[in-house]
Amino acid sequence: MTREAVIESSADVVAVRRLVRSAAIEVGLSLIDQTKIITAASELVRNALVYAGRGELRVDVVENGAKRGLRLVVNDEGPGIPDIEQALTDGWTTGTGLGLGLGGSRRLVDEFDLLSKPGQGTTVTVTKWAR
Amino acid sequence: MDRVPILKLGDLLIVSIQVDLDDQSVLVLQEDLAAAVVSRGAKGVIIDISAVEIVDSFTGRMLATIAAMCRMLDAHAVVVGMRPAVAITLVELGLSLGGVRTALDLEKGVALLNHVGGTAR
Ligand SMILES: Nc1ncnc2c1ncn2[C@@H]1O[C@H](COP(=O)(O)OP(=O)(O)O)[C@@H](O)[C@H]1O
Ligand SMILES: [Mg+2]
Repeated sequence: MTREAVIESSADVVAVRRLVRSAAIEVGLSLIDQTKIITAASELVRNALVYAGRGELRVDVVENGAKRGLRLVVNDEGPGIPDIEQALTDGWTTGTGLGLGLGGSRRLVDEFDLLSKPGQGTTVTVTKWAR
Repeated sequence: MDRVPILKLGDLLIVSIQVDLDDQSVLVLQEDLAAAVVSRGAKGVIIDISAVEIVDSFTGRMLATIAAMCRMLDAHAVVVGMRPAVAITLVELGLSLGGVRTALDLEKGVALLNHVGGTAR
């Protein structure tokens, strides 16, 4: 079942954490993997909120043979990221954060894909498979 | 917005985070705590996160900031009750919280503060 959320405020970020938790439980992720994917979701939707002012999240249950997983797509129509490698570097920030959101999220999931172009927004897709 | 209550116990302040805080509430808690350390002359601050299910880089930074702030205000901070899944996730996220003292539970946190603070209660 697909779930969707719009992120326009910091309360929406809290709501996303709740939504991703219930989807992660439904798909059978372990407690640690639930915690990891919720944390990644929190980082990615906060980025959409902070850097683009608004974003959207789509949550899908995905299957690969006998494996089930959770796929999150976080999308915004903000300024985009000029240098993706740099943005993924730990400690790199153009804001006031710790610069760990993107690099950290990539480590917390099994699959990570970042699409972004200046002026054309940013889409981050992450997947966590149940073990 | 949720305002987290700050309890006073002797010269300690105790904060127990019981709900999933939005970023705004996290910043308010940080400011409230700084003010309370000074106005109540606290020597120690205990932040109980045993009910907290996730700590991301924003909340993690708050914990580090509170610890640093306490040091500058002549107090000690201890984070107690971190869940194992939260600890594993924080390390993978890249936040090892090096400057933050931790204890497994509230009782051990109080004992630690009594030890490092050398205060008699
Ligand atoms: N959705 C986004 N839109 C535009 N820029 C972004 C977005 N997400 C991340 N960035 C850029 O990448 C940098 C690193 O992001 P991140 O690793 O989350 O650290 P932080 O948010 O603490 O700066 C940000 O400072 C910002 O410049
Ligand atoms: Mg970020």
